[in-house]
Amino acid sequence: MFDSLQENLSSAFRSLAGRGKLTEANMREGLEQVQTALLEADVSFKVVREFMQRITEQAVGERVLKSLKPNEMVMGIVHQELIRLMGETDSELNLHSGLNILMLCGLQGSGKTTTCAKLARLLKKRSVKPMLAAADLQRPAAIEQLRVLGEQIGVPVYTDFDSKDPVKVCRAAVTEAKSKDVDVLILDTAGRLAIDQELMTELSNIDKQVEPDQVYLVVDGMTGQDAVNSAQGFNDALELNGVIMTKLDGDARGGAILSVREVTGVPVKFIGTGEKIDELDDFSPERMAGRILGQGDIVGLFKKAQEEFDQEEAVRAEERLRKGEFTLDDFRKQMSQVTKLGPMQKVMGMLGLDGGMQEMLDGVDTEKDMRRMFGIIDSMTPEEKRNPKQAIDQSRRRRIAEGAGVAPSEVKGLIEQYDTLASVMKQMSGMGMRDRMRMARQMQTDAMANPAGQLAKKKQGTGKRLSPKEKARLKKQRAKERRRAKRK
Amino acid sequence: MGLFDKLKKGLAKTTQLLKTDVRDIFKSEGRLVDDELLDELLELLVKTDMGIQSAQQVVSRVRTERRGRVVQMDDILADFKEELRSLLAQPEEPIRFAASGPTVIMVAGVNGTGKTTSIAKLAHMFTAEGKKVVLGAADTFRAAAVNQLTIWAERLGVEIVTGEAGSDPASVAHRAVATALEQGADVCIVDTAGRLQTQQNLMKELTKIHRVIRNQIPEAPHEALLVLDATTGQNGISQASHFTEAIDCTGIVLAKLDGTAKGGVVVAIRQTVGLPVKYIGLGEKPEDLALFVPDEFVEALFEEVA
Repeated sequence: MFDSLQENLSSAFRSLAGRGKLTEANMREGLEQVQTALLEADVSFKVVREFMQRITEQAVGERVLKSLKPNEMVMGIVHQELIRLMGETDSELNLHSGLNILMLCGLQGSGKTTTCAKLARLLKKRSVKPMLAAADLQRPAAIEQLRVLGEQIGVPVYTDFDSKDPVKVCRAAVTEAKSKDVDVLILDTAGRLAIDQELMTELSNIDKQVEPDQVYLVVDGMTGQDAVNSAQGFNDALELNGVIMTKLDGDARGGAILSVREVTGVPVKFIGTGEKIDELDDFSPERMAGRILGQGDIVGLFKKAQEEFDQEEAVRAEERLRKGEFTLDDFRKQMSQVTKLGPMQKVMGMLGLDGGMQEMLDGVDTEKDMRRMFGIIDSMTPEEKRNPKQAIDQSRRRRIAEGAGVAPSEVKGLIEQYDTLASVMKQMSGMGMRDRMRMARQMQTDAMANPAGQLAKKKQGTGKRLSPKEKARLKKQRAKERRRAKRK
Repeated sequence: MGLFDKLKKGLAKTTQLLKTDVRDIFKSEGRLVDDELLDELLELLVKTDMGIQSAQQVVSRVRTERRGRVVQMDDILADFKEELRSLLAQPEEPIRFAASGPTVIMVAGVNGTGKTTSIAKLAHMFTAEGKKVVLGAADTFRAAAVNQLTIWAERLGVEIVTGEAGSDPASVAHRAVATALEQGADVCIVDTAGRLQTQQNLMKELTKIHRVIRNQIPEAPHEALLVLDATTGQNGISQASHFTEAIDCTGIVLAKLDGTAKGGVVVAIRQTVGLPVKYIGLGEKPEDLALFVPDEFVEALFEEVA
């Protein structure tokens, strides 16, 4: 969802990487790209300016001098600052016993009504009893929309098709909610412009007279520089408790989230990631900042990996790797650990590798390919797995293919893939962790440049090419030696 | 003001004068082009949502051409506004009407930009011109979207063709055009469901609607309008290019321009996709639709927001 910004920041830092020591000047260039990236992502100008100032202050000076890996350090600072800007995590609804009233407000078309339904569904899933109230009396058929959505998720909706007074509707809804023992009443208000005094007064009237426990501002993820103005307007008129950002499933960079945070100071509660009624996610600043920086969701991946990854297995594999041994068994284990983490594409996204990779994998069913691969490996004898290149001849290949239900050529393809990877593994065996990571990155870029998508084998030298002069000299020398041999 | 203050102010001016280009000495007021001014200029430009790239171009041009000179901010802007005006200039005729038979207008856009309201406004405009309008409610996805358009149709007194919720939107569009042909209507406006431009299957659905309409009348849809929310930032460019790819958009309706948003992204869209703005939406009432006038728009872009 934040891919575009991620791309930009990655490219900004790529220009920082690999230049040896970081000078103030070349960091500035990189930081300028960070600034451009943030502005392109629709982060408000003021927020960007302050952000860049803080970053520069922190990065320039002593730290630059003593730092070992300057780009990582700058990245770290930018990352930390982004997290700080997005604020503390608080996806809790902080409900109390008795009736809770939540009010949603926002500009027209930001997605309030849909979000109301999503919230209600989420509450219902948490076995809290929700109810919806249609207080958008402005837009034609808004009441009907909420009623239909309520029906879909099986949540009662208070409607009054005749009333013209939203305050009255809300009050009546509260009375009904109390009589029905509802835990949470969600008020869907009409969309309005922050500068529309009349409607803003109406909104603060609801706020004063119905006294909702919490007020959430719904913000469109595609909003541009205006996010600051509208958020300011709502923040002035109401006491906001949280922000919900919608439409983050597209390619919008969502930088407005930083602007709104800065203006309102309230936490971002949820993000809307799709049109379907269950597509409402908790907001995680770490994850978001990581994604923005192109580091991928390291935290999320780490957690998942910890749960799934068989530690012992890892140690054993590491040992073999160190010795330079890498059998098809290891190949299979490594692959199955990766699949345990979840769909390939998701894992790659978490690792921040999904830039071009995602496109490359588009249309390829990685999971299915993986299962076929396992089938082939599982059809081999231990000896075949240990030394596939030598042990597997044509008849064995045919047998394996039959066992796995694939064509013999696929077996051959797999062995070739393994062979390339094994040679890489052998090269890696002499390296430290950092060099290995670098190599993995290198491989990724190589793969990107290679349309066949296969790992290319390392090219071998074809020997030294001799000039005619050298050839003549060698010929002379050989003749001399022949003569000498004859003489003896 | 005390004498001392006056003196100090006078001196300050002298110091400033000393730093200025000889050509500017005789100008009475103005500001030195320094980093501060350039930063302010950048802010002014970025705040319009016109895009960081073009904003930086303008700033760097001012930096190289006028660095160290005393200028009026207005002069700098005036030059730039002139450029924008020529960029945004377009023929007067907003809608290309069919030579004979109904003019079909297809309306698309992402969720919540104001498609349905914009359609109501267009319908109101056409009926006021004495044209017979048929609406096609091909947004069969969003709950109650059909109701929303139906209510508008009743209010405006125009014909509407609807379909069941969840039914094929292309079939609704087909019937709407057929009805327009049958009844000899002048204009047929087809509403579509909001969709994010990255949802490929939904974009394909849109292409299908477009194709179905074209199969009925070879030149139709005569207009394919993209409704763009004025609060949209740089994502607008992506919207314009994707929707144009899908249904060959002919223009933009820039909705919700009555707020504080400037809608400057249409400048970037004009530069990259070439799509012109045809109408602007200025409120929720059916008559709140106006022709896009580049001069006025450019002036409004740089007006300070209260």
